[in-house]
This record gives sequence, structure tokens and C-alpha cells, in this order.
Amino acid sequence: MGPELDFEKPIFELQKKISELKTFMDEKGIDLSDELNHLQERLKDLEKETYGSMTPWERVRVARKLNRPTTLDYLPLLFTDFVECHGDRLYGDDPAIVAGIAKFHGRPVTVIGEQRGRDTKENIMRNYGMPHPEGYRKALRLMQQAEKFRRPIITFIDTKGAFPGKAAEERGQSEAIARNLFEMSWLSVPVICVVIGEGASGGALAIGVGNQILMLENSWYSVISPEGAAALLWKDAGKAEVAAKTMKITGSDLKKLGIIDKLIPEVLGGAHHDPGKQAEIIDQALIDSLKELSPLSAEQIRQQRLTKYRAIGDYETVQGNQSDQKGNNRDNKMR
Amino acid sequence: MKDFFTKKKKYATVPSAKARQDVPEGIVRKCPKCKKIMYVKELQKHLFVCQSCGYHYPISAQVRAEMLFDQNSYVEFDRNMVSLNPLQFPNYLNKLESDRKKTGLNEAVWTGKGMIEGYETAVAIMDKGFRMGSMGSVVGEKLTRLVEYADQNGLPVIIFSASGGARMQEGVLSLMQMAKTSAALKTFSKNGGLYISIMTHPTTGGVSASFASLGDYNFAEPGALIGFAGRRIIEQTIGEKLPEDFQTAEFLLKHGQLDQVIPRSELRNVLSRILSIHAAGGVEG
Ligand SMILES: [Zn+2]
Repeated sequence: MGPELDFEKPIFELQKKISELKTFMDEKGIDLSDELNHLQERLKDLEKETYGSMTPWERVRVARKLNRPTTLDYLPLLFTDFVECHGDRLYGDDPAIVAGIAKFHGRPVTVIGEQRGRDTKENIMRNYGMPHPEGYRKALRLMQQAEKFRRPIITFIDTKGAFPGKAAEERGQSEAIARNLFEMSWLSVPVICVVIGEGASGGALAIGVGNQILMLENSWYSVISPEGAAALLWKDAGKAEVAAKTMKITGSDLKKLGIIDKLIPEVLGGAHHDPGKQAEIIDQALIDSLKELSPLSAEQIRQQRLTKYRAIGDYETVQGNQSDQKGNNRDNKMR
Repeated sequence: MKDFFTKKKKYATVPSAKARQDVPEGIVRKCPKCKKIMYVKELQKHLFVCQSCGYHYPISAQVRAEMLFDQNSYVEFDRNMVSLNPLQFPNYLNKLESDRKKTGLNEAVWTGKGMIEGYETAVAIMDKGFRMGSMGSVVGEKLTRLVEYADQNGLPVIIFSASGGARMQEGVLSLMQMAKTSAALKTFSKNGGLYISIMTHPTTGGVSASFASLGDYNFAEPGALIGFAGRRIIEQTIGEKLPEDFQTAEFLLKHGQLDQVIPRSELRNVLSRILSIHAAGGVEG
């Protein structure tokens, strides 16, 4: 299951003990199945206990596992007839974003996802999943094409952020992100966004303005990474674990805050334990979301999205003033 | 961009926006760029621009409003809107309170309307003295309401950005204000609204990557720092020193991201020309 994380250590140790016992039984021909059953029961309990009560920081670390399924891993499990489309027609092609057209249960869709590498070599090729402006502009090009051909758009968010680089700034990283927010808000086809790993800041939001936002249980989504938050707020990147909790970045936090629409459960231990099974769970969530949005007309799709973002905010007006309206939005979220 | 921090402290000793305008005679200030010492009264006369080197001092929202509008022509909107601390972030409300005392503002943006050379205009002015001008729920809501007001009343919108980006203490809600303000501007744009963005020092992060970059006209003040990622993070990431002018207004102009860099002394003139061209309307559609 890939490199173990410290909190998983007891599980790995017990698994090792079980396999040692099996080897011993085989070699010596002694029946110790009572003992073996006992250990296997204990393993099940331990897994349930450990993975059932993960802290936000533990989830962040699962979200970052190298063997956690990415956009390209889910693509063949969820879609058929995928045709990848490259390039922004302005500058270049960004391998940190994968985009194209496909069928979802026979229905034409446009698929866009951020793509990190699954090993060092691929990570270098894909710039660790951190897009440049041309990536966001490719995504926008494909979204506008989807609008033209009336296809629903499904996006997969998985990024440590938009790339902080010299060339990215020169080519207008800010403008590229801003433009996507601007244009996505007015699309009249359904847009469903799924946070599958990391969702850092504007780099995630740039493909994340949707009618429904879905989030895997062990993914995170925030204005900044826990390390970044700790460095900025407390001048100590080492306090990332605290920041992961304080900043309320996990799926269940965002569900409580009313920012996401659905929290997608993960297979025990995380999506990487069984990508096929995980894809089935995501598949069902996407089917449900598309079904929920299908009665809406094109104009209603746009209005639903505009209303959803219009309602986000937590503020109040403290004292009487002729130009003020009552503005506490806390109970006013349109979900 | 060290200057920005040292100067902030000087402003911080002045208790309110109003007081900041009434600086007593005889007080001098040293230009952080050319080091020339100048009377504040003299600086004020020249819109807080160093007459020796052209350095544009960052100014408060209140001073900007006085400078921008025709005399006694403006009113403020939504003055008393405050954050509810959605994440229950420790100490956040105290910090807001202390910035309120420091700046005389309730939040990091002033919104209102007034006349510019006779043209009625909806205007937002960010103030970096308040939580680094960062955008949380209140900034996002005030901007959105301003744009909606302009839409309903057929007014142009001008937004002066001055912001370190999204407000950390409101987490994902701050992030979503980027989408909220951008969506409001898209609707406004679809209805034919005119939006002029003026980026002042600094316009970075989530503000740069949302409404500030979405003007029908994008302008900046000379020397303003404008960009998505911070210089130090970029240098660490790519392992090289960045040029001196990196992420300045002039750098952005060179790279095609701005229509013009406009000195403060010429701003009202340029704005009035744009407003008059737009007021005249276009051909039949
Ligand atoms: Zn000077």
C-alpha cells in the first residue's frame, strides 16, 4: 500500500506478524489457525479504528500518497471513448492538466483534471500537478467547447496550487485563473467538480466553479496548504498539523461549512487501497449529481450556480445605517 | 518590497483615517525610494507622490476617495458590515477589532458612489492598512453588492485593489469570494456594464487572481507590486534570483497584462476620458 505513514505503523506491523505466522505454519506443518484467526480479527478492528478516526493532518498525508489514484487513473474506470485534447491555442500545452471528451454511461461529457505524476519521472513531466496559465486556458477552451456542444463538464481537482514560477507570472497566471472563474460562473451546462486529492487555493478553484462540488473523504481543499498557512500565520511551517485542523480543510469540514455538496466516502484506508472500488463509489456519486441537475434548463443551470456562489460568506451588519440591509448569510445558504 | 512594511508602521501610529489627513504641519517624511525628505503637507499637495523620484506612497481608502471624487460628491455603502469568524479562528476577532481602531474602517474595502468629473460612478477602494487588504467574506460581499448596485442603476464600476490576497483566517470561505466577485462581474459584464480595474500597491494572490484582473480596462499605479505568487516562493521554487522589476506594474505592462500604467496625477483625467467615451454609447446593436 505504498510507503507507510506513522499512524498506520501498528497495522503494517500486525500484517507482517500475520504473514510470518502463515509462513511458520506452512514450514512446520503446525495448525495455528485459532491464533491466526484471532490476529486477523484484531487487524480488522485495528484498521477500522485507525482509518475510521483519522485526524485532518492524517488525511492530508493520505491525500498526498504517491500511489493515490489520480485523474488519469480514474479516467478509464469511469469513462469510455476518451479523446484527449491538448493545448490552449495561444502558447502551449500544459501536462499538469488533462482534458478531453468522453462518454459517461453512454452520455457525452467533457472531462478536465489536474494531473500530478505517479512517480518522480512523471512528476517532473507534469510539473508535480501545478498548472501554468496555458493549462487553465486549455481547460477554459474545452469548457467553452462543451458549452457549444451542450455537454456536461466533469472536473477533477488535485493540485498543490497554480505553479509559482517566473514564466507563469509573465504569461498571466492571475489573469488565467480569474478568467476561468469569470467564465465558468456563466456556463449553462452542468459542471460537477470532484476534489480527489489536494485542492490548494486559486489553482484548484480555477477548474472548480461548479453546480455541485464533491469531495473525497481523504482530500483537502482550502485557501492555502497547511504548511503555507502555518508559515504565514505563525511563522512556523512545522505547525502544519495544527493548521490542518484550524483551517478546516477536510471534506467533512467543508460539508459542515456548506461549501461542498457531497462528501464521497473512501474505501477503508483510502482510495489507493482499492482504486477500482473507489471508482465505483465516485461513479455512483456522479450519476446521482447528473440526475439531480438534469431537470434544470440551461438558464436554470446557470442561475443555480450563480445563486450558490452568491450565497457564500459569513458576515453581519452591526448597527443601523440607511444604506445597509440585514446581511447575515449564515442561514441563507442555497444548497 | 521591504518599503511597504516599514511604511505601514508609520501609518499605523496614526489613529484614524480622518486623522491621517490632518497631519500637522512641520512633519516630514523620508521617501523610501530616493531618501529625499519632504514635508507631508507638500506631499499631500502632490497626491502623495515623491516629486523627486515619482515614488507613489500607498494611501488609505479615505485619502483615495478624497482624491478621486469631485468635491463632496460621494457616499459610502455598507459601512457596518463585519465578519462572523466562520472558522472560529483563534484571536481573529481581536485582530479585526484592532485594525478597526487603527484604520477607522470596518473592513479592508471602502465601497460607495460619487462623481468623477461629473460622471456618477460606483467605486471600491481597498485599504492595505486593514489586515493587509485581504479579502474575506465582508470584502467579497461588499464588492458583490457594489457591482449589483451598479448593474441595477446603470453605473460604471471602478475598483482600486490593494491587497495581499485572500484572508487566511476565513479559509475556504475567502477562497470562494474569488468566485463570488468574479461571477458578479460576469453578470454585470453580460448586462453591458463598464468595469475599470486599478491595481495599486500591492495587488497579489487571490485578489490579483480574481476581480482585479477582470476589468474591461486594467490599469496600475507606477511601481505597484502585482502578481499571483510571492517573490520569495518563486525564487525558492525555481532556484534563481528574479529581476529587480519582476511583478511591478511596468513588468506587467511589458508582458501584455495591463492597458496602461497611470501616474496618480493623471488618473482623473484618463478616467474622465474613458467615462465620457462610454457615456456617449456605441452603434446600434
Ligand atoms: Zn523619492
